[in-house]
Amino acid sequence: MKRSNWEEYQKSIADDKYYYARSCIRQNFFPGSEKAFLDIMQRDLGKEVFDDPLHTSCTGIGYHSDIVPLETIMTVVARQFALMNEAGYENFISSCITSFGIYTELLSTWEEFPETEERTRENLYKATGREFVKPKNLAHTSDIMFHHRHAIAERMTRPLINVNTGEPLRVVEHIGCHYAKIFPKKGIGGSEFPYVLAGMIEAWGGEVVDYPERRHCCGFGFRNYLVQANRGYSVANSQKKLESMAPYKPDFIVCNCPGCAMFLDKWQYTVAEMEGITYGRGGRGIPVLTYEEMAGLVLGYDPWKLGMQMHQVDVEPLLDKMGVEYDPSAKYLGPNGKYIGKPEPAIVNHRSQRNLYSIKL
Amino acid sequence: MAKYFDMLMEDVRMREGLKACMNCGVCTAICPAAEFYDYDPRQIVETVQSRDDERIEELLRSDTIWYCGQCMSCRPRCPRGNTPGYIIQCLRLLSQRLGFFVESEKGRQQLAIKRTIGENILRTGYCLVPRKILPEMHPEQGPVWRWVFNNDRDVYALFTPTYRQEGAGPVRKIDEQTLEEIHRIFEVSGGKELFDCIEHYSDQKACEMGYGGATREYMMDTFTKNSAEEL
Repeated sequence: MKRSNWEEYQKSIADDKYYYARSCIRQNFFPGSEKAFLDIMQRDLGKEVFDDPLHTSCTGIGYHSDIVPLETIMTVVARQFALMNEAGYENFISSCITSFGIYTELLSTWEEFPETEERTRENLYKATGREFVKPKNLAHTSDIMFHHRHAIAERMTRPLINVNTGEPLRVVEHIGCHYAKIFPKKGIGGSEFPYVLAGMIEAWGGEVVDYPERRHCCGFGFRNYLVQANRGYSVANSQKKLESMAPYKPDFIVCNCPGCAMFLDKWQYTVAEMEGITYGRGGRGIPVLTYEEMAGLVLGYDPWKLGMQMHQVDVEPLLDKMGVEYDPSAKYLGPNGKYIGKPEPAIVNHRSQRNLYSIKL
Repeated sequence: MAKYFDMLMEDVRMREGLKACMNCGVCTAICPAAEFYDYDPRQIVETVQSRDDERIEELLRSDTIWYCGQCMSCRPRCPRGNTPGYIIQCLRLLSQRLGFFVESEKGRQQLAIKRTIGENILRTGYCLVPRKILPEMHPEQGPVWRWVFNNDRDVYALFTPTYRQEGAGPVRKIDEQTLEEIHRIFEVSGGKELFDCIEHYSDQKACEMGYGGATREYMMDTFTKNSAEEL
């Protein structure tokens, strides 16, 4: 299959005036990324983004772990759309890939089975007295970042270049299953030739690493992570990806989906603790970034203001390669420089004796 | 008789997810769950397509339907436009509505998911919140999460002025009226009914298993025990 076959997998993305829906996982584990998205769009690019205190979770994690029925999630989503209408917006943007998949699926279901939309309208009115108009444009927040990638490149102060060698940084990108596997035509490049993150990487000077398990799931698997007894599934699938990418020696991983970013970070810690194996260079883990963090770094943001101290795999090796100036002693400080202790050390950050390279290469 | 098949077909996801399966097995080849478990989505679709009540009931009572990770990798690959991941969602819902889910170890875990994610949604408006990600329940989260958890107010204050307070921002407190609307949505659209159904059948099964009801001990056992690991 030629890449040109997939050129139709483009989408229309609104240029301005967005209604922003936060993500359960992103706001928990990467609150600095959501802040960075708003700062970049509003302050750096002058875009209008409405951050509404009235919206809630879409309940997607409950839906895909089968405790929230279809009619319920449809009604919760309809409420989000009603709030968007009431705030005067038409372009709905979601900070979560699971949510993006949900919104896409439900809009399509309403189209195909109009009786489900009708019932949703009745349920929403009965429960809240609200009514809704569907969004004119639906996008994931990475689509918005992709759409503005050249404007970000114009303001770039630190390209994705290794300052020691002058070579582009080698980047593994992971778009997350629900971005394009459910409705490939709603994702840039579809599920086979994903371009939403690759486009950012290329525009900002990096090189995209292709590797065999590029499209494999991060391993979240909903109930397979949510229930402790099932977590072997989750770590095993992450490990499969990490083993596949490691021989290509990526400088970092960038994720579309907040869950994927969290799992590929935390499962590297777990594998290192359980088996003493690490996947990055120098016996360390591979840093895992959100696309907001990647954008923030190229725009010159301070890594600790981006929240990169909340990662389990240290990002300093990447910061050093990019020539980022940072204060190591400020990494774990609280507001106004308050000392709040620091995390215990972990094998994944301290030169494991059993690096994958020494085992397989 | 195809009573279970007919019940399944009432769900629009079945109409979207099951056209005509030719049993090629591409879904199984791409499936992360099939790599990890003794699991084969091809066989599941074949069983459902057979319309055989006995075989479908066996499926509804089994661990098998609970292995899928809902990644939906099967969907874009099926040459006939089927979506085994959607069929799984319908089987799981029916298994819960008929009370069959408590007959398998993996199915019984639905109580733990309802009491964690489900109750988070109703209490906080989110599927998860930092105070509910307990380091002792999540050892895989590592020492950095433990540090965040132990210093949550200071850490989140670096990124938002509204941590656990009303107003816009990440991990804010969601206002009472909004939570009331979410509760009413769950009541009118069947969400509350499914929660009650999970509790009801779990309680019955827990009594049968000698727990004296769906106690915290029963719930924690469904959350932590994996008999496959004990083999």
